[in-house]
Amino acid sequence: MSDIAARVKKIVVEHLGVEPEKVIDSANFIDDLGADSLDTVELVMAFEEEFSVEIPDDAAETIRTVGDAVSFLEKKAA
Amino acid sequence: MFDLTGKTALVTGATGGIGGAIARALHGQGAVVALSGTRVEALSALAAELGERAHVLSANLADKDSVEAVVPAAEAAMGHLDILVNNAGVTRDNLFMRMKDEEWDTVIRVNLEAAFRLMRASVKGMMRRRYGRIISITSIVGVTGNPGQGNYAASKAGLVGMTKSLAAEVASRNITVNCIAPGFIETPMTDALNDKQKESILGNVPMGRLGTGPDIAAAAVYLASQEAAYVTGQTLHVNGGMAMI
Repeated sequence: MSDIAARVKKIVVEHLGVEPEKVIDSANFIDDLGADSLDTVELVMAFEEEFSVEIPDDAAETIRTVGDAVSFLEKKAA
Repeated sequence: MFDLTGKTALVTGATGGIGGAIARALHGQGAVVALSGTRVEALSALAAELGERAHVLSANLADKDSVEAVVPAAEAAMGHLDILVNNAGVTRDNLFMRMKDEEWDTVIRVNLEAAFRLMRASVKGMMRRRYGRIISITSIVGVTGNPGQGNYAASKAGLVGMTKSLAAEVASRNITVNCIAPGFIETPMTDALNDKQKESILGNVPMGRLGTGPDIAAAAVYLASQEAAYVTGQTLHVNGGMAMI
């Protein structure tokens, strides 16, 4: 697992209070991890803070799964 | 009770009759206050009167960019923002049939749109900190209507609906969002009324007097306090019994 993926998963586990085993790439924040719409906004804010990046609203809307977040942030870092 | 030591508050329209009283009262309970308004001299005078724990932020709420800069400036000055008081408001009274687009636009832009922008900007930090108090000063006329104030009444009713919506969104994060609806209060805004108008208004106020800035400020202190943690999405009417809603 990349460093970015590990940091993303740590944020998701802490924020949503879910078991780390459930935080797999295909896990959908809302359907699989029990997030509500406000949680998803907060997750994006947490990613922005952790990785010091700006995630515009239209990009944020495409981040639905753990894997989406990891690949978005990996692209940003590249 | 109602201790605000360590809390930070932004009050817009802090040079006005009600805004100044709210700023004084929050400061008096121990809060750090940021005073926003268009008249820097008056803001500085108020800040000087309050002494420590007071910051001056010049802003023109009719200007979008100026509004967007207010919350970041308040956060920079005070470290973070716990309490937002949307108090700034203007009137451009006219009969409906004579109301110009510009009169409508100005009132909606300052009273409603600026409040939206300030709420949107401040709620982000409040969500992170899991704490916040947002208080908007609406008006009795937002509920009752008032001839000559179609624009003003619309903007004030808009604040109530906006408040309820945001309150529902962020309640789980310990952020409360409420309104205070003053009745007729002694301020420069109501000084513009003539004696006959005042007399006829007072005839409808069971308490038999105009309200004062401190009457409204006390309500703001309550809603800003820890003790009001379970009160959200509400409008607290402070009007001497003029309308019992």
